[in-house]
Amino acid sequence: MKDSAVLEMRGICKFFPGVRALENVDFTLREGEIHALMGENGAGKSTLIKVLTGVYPKDGGDVTLSGQPVHIKSPQDAQNKGIATVYQEITLCPNLTVAENMYIGRTSGPFTNWNKINSSAGKLLDELGIPALPTEQLGNCSIAIQQMVAIARAVDMDCKVLILDEPTSSLDEQEVQKLFNLMRDLKAKGVGIIFVTHFLEQVYEVCDRITVLRDGKLVGEYVIEDLPRVQLVSKMLGKDFDDMAEIKNDADIEKIDYNGVPVYQAINLTGTTGIKPFDFEIHKGEVNGFTGLLGSGRSESVRAIFGADRVAGGTVKIDGKEVKIRKPLDAMKHGISYLPEDRKLDGIVGDLSVRDNIILALQVMKGFFKPFSRAQAEKFADEYIKLLSIKTASQDTPIKSLSGGNQQKVILARWLLANPQYLILDEPTRGIDVGTKVEIQKLVLKLASEGKSITFISSEIDEMIRTCSRLVVMRDGKVVGELKGDDLNQNKIMATIAGGESK
Amino acid sequence: MTTDTKVQSKGSAGEFFGKIIRNQLFIPIVALTLLVIFNLISDPGFFKIALEPSSTGNLILSGNLITIIDNASELVILAIGMTLVTSASGGQDISVGATIAIAGSTVLRIVKGYAPDIPGSQFAGMIIVSFLLCVVVSALFGAFNGALVAFFKIQPMVATLILFTAGRSIAAWINNNDNISINDKRFGYFGNFIPGIPVPTPVFITIFCIIVIALVLKFTNLRLYSQSVGINASSSRLNGINPKMIKLLTFVILGVCVAVCGFIKVSRTSSITYSVIANNIEMDAILAVALGGNNLGGGKFNLTSSVLGAYVIQFLTTTLYKFKEIDSSSISAYKAVVVILLIIISSPFVRKLIEDFKNKREAAKAEAAVGKEKA
Amino acid sequence: MSVNTNALGSNKLKRRASLTDTNLLLIITIAVFIVMYICAVLFLKKGFTKPQMFFNILNENASLLVLSCGMTLVMITGGIDISVGQVTSLVCMACAVHLEKNGGNVFTSILLALGIGLAFGIVQGFLVAYMEFQPFIVTLAGLFFAKGMTTIVCSDRVPVTYEPFVKLCRTEITIPFLGSVNKKGIYVPAYVEVGVIVALIVVVVLFCLLRWTKLGRNFYAVGGNNQSANMLGINVKLTKFLAHVLCGLCAGIGGYLFFLHACSGSPLHAQGAEMNAIASSIIGGTLLSGGVGNIAGTLFGVLSLSTIKMIVTSLGLEDAWWTNITVGVMLCIFLLVQSVILARKNNKK
Repeated sequence: MKDSAVLEMRGICKFFPGVRALENVDFTLREGEIHALMGENGAGKSTLIKVLTGVYPKDGGDVTLSGQPVHIKSPQDAQNKGIATVYQEITLCPNLTVAENMYIGRTSGPFTNWNKINSSAGKLLDELGIPALPTEQLGNCSIAIQQMVAIARAVDMDCKVLILDEPTSSLDEQEVQKLFNLMRDLKAKGVGIIFVTHFLEQVYEVCDRITVLRDGKLVGEYVIEDLPRVQLVSKMLGKDFDDMAEIKNDADIEKIDYNGVPVYQAINLTGTTGIKPFDFEIHKGEVNGFTGLLGSGRSESVRAIFGADRVAGGTVKIDGKEVKIRKPLDAMKHGISYLPEDRKLDGIVGDLSVRDNIILALQVMKGFFKPFSRAQAEKFADEYIKLLSIKTASQDTPIKSLSGGNQQKVILARWLLANPQYLILDEPTRGIDVGTKVEIQKLVLKLASEGKSITFISSEIDEMIRTCSRLVVMRDGKVVGELKGDDLNQNKIMATIAGGESK
Repeated sequence: MTTDTKVQSKGSAGEFFGKIIRNQLFIPIVALTLLVIFNLISDPGFFKIALEPSSTGNLILSGNLITIIDNASELVILAIGMTLVTSASGGQDISVGATIAIAGSTVLRIVKGYAPDIPGSQFAGMIIVSFLLCVVVSALFGAFNGALVAFFKIQPMVATLILFTAGRSIAAWINNNDNISINDKRFGYFGNFIPGIPVPTPVFITIFCIIVIALVLKFTNLRLYSQSVGINASSSRLNGINPKMIKLLTFVILGVCVAVCGFIKVSRTSSITYSVIANNIEMDAILAVALGGNNLGGGKFNLTSSVLGAYVIQFLTTTLYKFKEIDSSSISAYKAVVVILLIIISSPFVRKLIEDFKNKREAAKAEAAVGKEKA
Repeated sequence: MSVNTNALGSNKLKRRASLTDTNLLLIITIAVFIVMYICAVLFLKKGFTKPQMFFNILNENASLLVLSCGMTLVMITGGIDISVGQVTSLVCMACAVHLEKNGGNVFTSILLALGIGLAFGIVQGFLVAYMEFQPFIVTLAGLFFAKGMTTIVCSDRVPVTYEPFVKLCRTEITIPFLGSVNKKGIYVPAYVEVGVIVALIVVVVLFCLLRWTKLGRNFYAVGGNNQSANMLGINVKLTKFLAHVLCGLCAGIGGYLFFLHACSGSPLHAQGAEMNAIASSIIGGTLLSGGVGNIAGTLFGVLSLSTIKMIVTSLGLEDAWWTNITVGVMLCIFLLVQSVILARKNNKK
């Protein structure tokens, strides 16, 4: 392997309002290597890549490209400097044809010669074995083909650095192999490839080096042979393999009556968002968790339970009685609450006051024609602001001006106020400070001891171990295991997530 | 110590000032004040109100101020509905002028069938029937717009373009394009004066509408729901709200507002001109919402502010009319200047500039404080 | 109906590219227009059998055609321009006053028209693209401004008597072989006005612009997905700005064509033309959400709109309100069809 660095990033910093997305991150890419960039959700991988490609301006640090210091102003600038990118979300225009998408923004001259573009696009598609026609509208193609087209576009650019940000999540086995062959070809030509993925097998199949990020900070750079799989997982999750002390908090598991009628039971629940039908039940006072890497279907499963997406089939029983949950209001009326994964998109109602955000769910359950009096609403808000010690200037402050942790507490307050039997918390601790994380976990245990059933999802496995008495492990939209009791330890969980192989 | 307190008081004064500026009522109130001052200077007699006998011999109040308040009635009522639609759907209804024509035409269709000078009780019954029918028809047209927006996900402006195009023709069709004028004087009471009462009737109707909507907002969750839907539809859905129904509902409410406006409009003249009635009122109504400081992209709204905005626009129009050399239709050029100023003031771009400026000042202050400490 | 046949077609020929949104909507529009015209010829006869009827549609609507093309450009980028109608009115008035009272000639009046259009385009484009204001509000202000300016320039109708211009107005370009024999047995040649030629040139130029230039593709990309377009290396702001400038220019040209046809200036000229232009674009298959549309579609949109007006008139429904109702119904149907097609497409994914 040649050892000259084609890309060097030193001390990269990026701040978003209230969040340090990247802090002093170094990254080195050598000529002709495939370099995996790893880290859990929110670790800063995508941010690092967007800084590199000029989508976000960086707040600190230097970038050198083949030894020359560069300043990348825009995605176009990055393209011109020889950085080609395939983003995680498909960033093509669905209304244009395949060929247009492959060549737009990178042809010279004011006119375009469609015959030439279509034929060269066709040739490239054939070469890569992509089953799409150049003149087909991109929006009509499957997501996998769209992703392949994005890859074809990037590959066709005469680039020094190729960035693949989770390109394989929508590809099947065969397509992935095709992509890997392509990557190996490019590698032989001396192109440096940055490969971001959540699939560990893929990393070990094609990559030479791994850089691990966590919470916006660099954990380290490793040669692939020196970093066994389980260690990689532990690095990503932030627990050193050696000192994984058993911090299990077995909170009165004995008290839970596993033989009784479950509070919530789903049989063969089928969603429409790409998860396989699954069975699930939860008992009074139990805290369970769904785990698995991003994209494994853990969020989709709980959304199906809440009726957030269209449910295609299956039976649902609440306290043993069969009920129909078609939309969120049905679930709420049956005592289920759901704190969504994406706080900004699905959780907060940004411009509304903290008070309105707190009472929203209970208000909706009470009905359109029965608004709470102002005094009542203030009382509720006061109570929960105190209970969860939410830091806000006043009840009237718009929620969007609060910090992430306090926003999350407000959403939590909203659902606690609704007084559910069964509370689903999807990543309640993501993107918030450590203190609040601990508070939320304590609250979860307290609620469970009061007899509520809780599903708790977190990317941080030790949080799950601390709070949950049972873990449902998912991979590729399927439930692949259920762990409880003594099996609830880092090693076992990681092994199950990673796919059976341990160390 | 003393300097410290000084700085603090200055800060709180600045904060107080900032609060006023940030208040939604700020822009319409300032605009209103400017107009009042301008008129006082150019014509000290502008605000004179007199109690004079009218052409029919009743004692009525007259004066510019009364004219403004009277003429603004339809605009105010429309602004209420438009504000709700804007809040929930993040777009505006441009068909209101045309649907006012439909509503007015519906009323006349019923009323024209009656012989003039029918007895009082029969007259009252006729008015109630015609008004109710007009409300139903307008609400249905509102629901049509709302359904296109909510269920077919067509942008409000485009969806309402259909009725904008066809509405006046439908109005004409309802009455077979006849020129109708109602001879019964009592029909004109609702748009002009009721004998013995010196204040124009539309003013009372407007006040009634404002009270009704205030009660609706107090006794239902309309405000919370439509704001939530307008700000974050996905989040609202996960909280059990049905965003589609809320959008539809706001359009139906606007339809009812339109019905009231149409009724007042035809009562004013006891007749209808299909192509001219309530011409361009949609633009004024949208402007009133914007002038009230409401975000045209949906979300939070302030009805008081919109209502005030509507009065300001009518004030502006009347003021411009006062200048004899200005032709009535060139008023829009001056309105355009107001609109442009407004959008510039309320744009995210300018807000960002102000925020940057504030941040810089704060940073400078902090730096100065650090410097002081060191010294 | 046409939707179903298309779906069938794509099933049968799996290896052929399925239709793009733009082409699908274009085909619907063309089909509707042809069916409508054939029906008119078969059942109404009156004037429709004569080719001149078709040319009259063009003569009447040359201005609208140009306005609609400009509107299509802006709509493809995801914006809207509701000022074009009043700009047309302003251009007519300004040119009329220029020729009649200020002693201008034809050439300077053309420059004046283009200048007014460009000025509106540049200012509005700047406000929309670089200041990020909502296009609807910006162009609403433009509408108000143009309307007011028109009456400030002159508040009465100004008929033009300037000799060379009147000559230009009256110029009829004869079309060979398509004339017809009138009742008295005299052969009347078919003709179009000068404006139609200009309008068709604009159509061809803009068609080529959208089809074969980089800028044209960028319009589609920006309208399809703003952020993606940025990531693909397109200058989104400049593209939006240029769309508004071109639309302004079209408003200038369209205004002059209206002036040529009407041969006068009046504050009442081109009332509601912006809505007709938007309606034509939508009927022609342009989506207001952006990214989909075609100048050829717009051409057929204008023709469909005008033909339906003609049909309604020749049905004996003299009143203008029937036309408006028909146009409204047509618009409604097209919007619903578009909405349903796109919803189904999104569901498939």
